[in-house]
Formats: sequence, structure tokens, C-alpha cells
Amino acid sequence: MAVVVWIVEGTWPACVDAARAHAPENAEIVLLHVTGHEPADAAHGAFAGLMGRGRPERDPGTRVEHLAAASAESLLGAAAERLGRPCARAERTGRVEREVVAAADGADLLILARDGDRARLGPHSLGPAGRFVVDHAPCPLLLVWPEPAPGLTTIPAPPPHPPHHD
Amino acid sequence: MRRDPPVGHRLARKDRKLNASLAETLSVAMLVLVLVSAVVRPFGLPEAVFAVPAAALVVVAGAIPWDHALDEAARLGPVIGFLAAVLVLAQLCDDEGLFQYCGAWMARTAAGRPRRLLAQVFLAASAITAVLSLDATVVLLTPVVFATAARLGARPTPHVYACTHLSNTASLLLPVSNLTNLLAFTASGLSFTRFAALMALPWLAAIAVEYVVFRRFFAIDLDAGAQAPPGADAPALPLFALVTVGCTLAGFVLTSAVGVDPAWAALAGAAALAVRALLRGRTSPKALLNSASVPFLAFVLALGVVVRAVVDNGLDTALGRLIHDGTGLAALFGIAALAAVLANVINNLPAVLVLLPLTVGTGPGAVLAVLLGVNIGPNLTYAGSLATLLWRRIVQAHDTEVRLGEFTRLGLYAVPASLTAAVLALWVSLAVIQGG
Repeated sequence: MAVVVWIVEGTWPACVDAARAHAPENAEIVLLHVTGHEPADAAHGAFAGLMGRGRPERDPGTRVEHLAAASAESLLGAAAERLGRPCARAERTGRVEREVVAAADGADLLILARDGDRARLGPHSLGPAGRFVVDHAPCPLLLVWPEPAPGLTTIPAPPPHPPHHD
Repeated sequence: MRRDPPVGHRLARKDRKLNASLAETLSVAMLVLVLVSAVVRPFGLPEAVFAVPAAALVVVAGAIPWDHALDEAARLGPVIGFLAAVLVLAQLCDDEGLFQYCGAWMARTAAGRPRRLLAQVFLAASAITAVLSLDATVVLLTPVVFATAARLGARPTPHVYACTHLSNTASLLLPVSNLTNLLAFTASGLSFTRFAALMALPWLAAIAVEYVVFRRFFAIDLDAGAQAPPGADAPALPLFALVTVGCTLAGFVLTSAVGVDPAWAALAGAAALAVRALLRGRTSPKALLNSASVPFLAFVLALGVVVRAVVDNGLDTALGRLIHDGTGLAALFGIAALAAVLANVINNLPAVLVLLPLTVGTGPGAVLAVLLGVNIGPNLTYAGSLATLLWRRIVQAHDTEVRLGEFTRLGLYAVPASLTAAVLALWVSLAVIQGG
């Protein structure tokens, strides 16, 4: 059984814990991290906007790209340590949600955390990336809360019964 | 004998008129060449390689009289000296470890709290942009901010975007914050302190609006938390660099109070750090010269001469109709909006050079409104202007297409709101400070 665990800054420990709790003993676990282009692109763009400065070797976007690669590596290292069992690590760069779906191809389970507004429980507790992955993942999903799951008491009261017409 | 001059005068005027349209065509062609080569950078050559010959051609062909070219060079000379001093100062501050220290401070005070980190990034980027110029924030601070977010385990995008936005928005405060300000500062006739006093409120208003927009726009990323424990490394406080920067700021106030060019204060600050770094073997004369960015300085001078030729040969009358007279609220809004649009179409550097001669006559209020537009406006477009953006799309500078969605959406929220707040604040400042 192949299990892919999607590691995202901030919410990843819940996914690793879910893998420890729910992945079978013999499962092949892959820790997946995707580096989005946005930060490096913003830095490239800000430098390109400085007219006349030339000197592409000073482009901060390139430094951000290197830093992002190092950061992804250490994040996956921390996740592997928390998992505490043999696993593979996969690092991709690109459009995050599409890379995750592509990486889940052929897997038997994808574990991910909610990435939206968790203050108001409802459709927005999934952000755009999470929504895309939930809709398009080619395998079953295990969707976990980054924090302990909310209790039953958080469910709003049902709407009042429609008036009877008799 | 006195009848001849009028004939000659008439001929000369006719001659000049004929030349004027030719001169304008040549000047515009050279400006286009300078701007296109600055965006495209053929063969990776420095921008000055095209800009300097273009300026020379404009002068030699007579599209701009010698005395006007010299006049422009004399006006830009001190600006360029000032700019060079600030560039060197920022680089030496980095060598002294100021930016690393700043990163460690942000990490220590924001551990585990991305919202707090965003606030610290806003503070650091606003201060660094204002004092050490936007180049320092873009080139030196942005990677440090990314590394800090990564070290805390926070999602980096909001914090990196904050650097890019604030390098523009927070560059309103001082003449040294942005090259556009330096150009306007010398043209406006304002003193350093008066410039800062008038711009303080717009600066604060624009940053506050940006902060509110960022908190809402990136609410999800900021809510995600940050797991990594902060590292134990605590770099030493670069006291010498901080004190030097503080003294330089005091020097700006002092020099402008006694009527000396504040560029000397920047030069003194850069010299103090340079001598110390040279004595300690931390830098070399070559590295210092490199950080002064001589080709960039030559580019600015050449661009100034070419733009002067374009403006003098007819653009002033064409654009003059778009400029509203007066410094009422509506006029300020009109000028700032025009400046923002122009900055987004070409770039804010040529935009400010074009708009300055047209607004200087109206007074400092109009000049400062231009600055609000050209400094805040570029946040609307990824890469600061449509021209740069289009070119990057064409060459696909990195392996995938330039992605615009999120950055442009953020700009659509942030730019109109912060520009409006800044114009209102400028209007209030002008009423309070000039009236009182």
C-alpha cells in the first residue's frame, strides 16, 4: 500500500500523526512537499521592476529559490523525524495543487490537512489548493484537522421546521 | 540696419520649428531605445551601454541645446552622488550584519506566530526602505525575510509579498527612500525635513492600509501557524552600523537646517562605514565601487538627458493638458492617478522624469502627488510595469510562464486603497503644515 503525505508549512504535523495512526505497518509512505513559485517570482518581479540596476547576479529571486530548496529539505527532514519509520521524501516545485494531484497518481491513500478558514466551519475550511486536491485527487483521501477535530457541540442548530400547512 | 534682425529672427524661428518636430522624433526614438534596452537588456549588457550613446546622440544632433543638457547634468549630478552614497551605505550595513540581525530579531520576537511575523516584516521593511532605499529592501531584505519565515516554519508568501509591496509603498517618506523621490526632491525646492514632514502622514496612511489588506488577503496562510522552534543563534547587534545610520539621519536634518546638500550626510555615513570595513579588511575598494553601481548612475544621467529632450521638444504641451492646476484634493487625486498609470505603463523612473517638469511650476503639493502615484502605483503590476511584464512573458525568463493571478489580485485591492489614503493624507499635511 502506497501512502502519500502532503507536507505543508504550518499544518504538517497533523498529517504525519495521521500517517502514524492510520497507515498500515507495511505501507510505503512518501512525504511530499511542493514549493510554490510565488515567493521567488515576487522577488524576481520586484528586482525586474528596478529599472537600470542591471547586475542579474543580485536578483533576490535566485537567492529565494535556493533558500526555498533548503527549507523544503529541512521541512521534510523534520517530518520524517516525527514520523519515526522508514519513508521516502519527494520534493516538487510548481503549481502546488496540481503537483500534489500528479504526485498522488498511483497511490492508495493521500493524507492532507485542511488549509482554509477554520474559524468558521463550513465550505471555506478548505482553501483553494485543498479544494482542488479534494476534487481532483486520483485516490482516496484522508482529510485531517491541523488541530484536534471540533466537537459535536460546534455544529449549529438545525434550521427551524418549515411551518405546517394544513 | 535694424530691419534685418526681424527677417533673420523669423527665418531662425521657422528653422527652429522645422527642427522641433525632427528633434522630437529623434528624442522619442532615443527614449524608446533607452527604455526598451533597459527592459530587454540585449546580450545581458548593462543598461548604460545603450542609454549613454543615446543621450550623446540627442545632444550632438542638437535635439537638446548644450546648455540644457549641461543644466540637466548639473541638476542630476548631486542626485546621483546622493544615490551612490545610499547604495554603498546599504551594502556596508549588510556587510556589517544588519540584515542578518534584523532576521534574527524577527524570528525571535515572532516565534510560532505568523501574524506577529507579518507585523515585524512591516516594521523592518518600512524602516529599511525609508532610510536605506527600496533597493535595500528588494535586494538585501527579501531573502532574509524568506529565510526567517522558513526558519519559523511559517508560510513564506505573505511575508515576501510584504517586502515587495513595501519597497514601493514605504518609499514615500524621505528623499533617499527612492530614486524617484531624489529626482523630485531636487526639483521641488523643498528642504529634506520639510519633504519628510509633508510625506510622513501619507507614508503612515499607505502602510497602514497595506497592512490591513495583507492581514485579510493572507488570512488563511497567517492562520496556518508556524511549527519550527526558533534557532538559538543570536547574531551580535551591529552597533556601529546602527549608530552610523542614526547619525546619517541626524545629518540629513542638520544639513538641511543649515542649507547644505544632505547628500554630504549620506556620503559621510557611507565613508564612516567604508573606512571601518576597509581597515578591518572586510571590504575592498573594488567591492565599494561595485556597490556604488556606476553603470546604474550613468544610466540615470543619460535617461535624464533624453527625457529632458523629449519634454522640451513638445511632450510638455501635450501632457500639460492632462495636468490639473492647483493643489485641491481633486487636482492631487488627478495627478497621483496619472502618475500611477504612467508608472505602470512604462516604469516609475521615466514616469517621474516626464511628470516633474510639468508639475514643478504648480508647487510642492503637485510634485509630492506625482511621487505618491509613481511610488505606490508599481504594486499593481508584477515586475513594476506592463513593459517589463510583457517582456518577461515573451522571454519566459524562467522555465514556466510568469504567474500573475495572486499578485495582481493583491495589487487590485492594495493600490487603489493605499493611494487614496495617501492622497487624502497628503492633502491634510499640505493644509496643516503649509498653512500653519
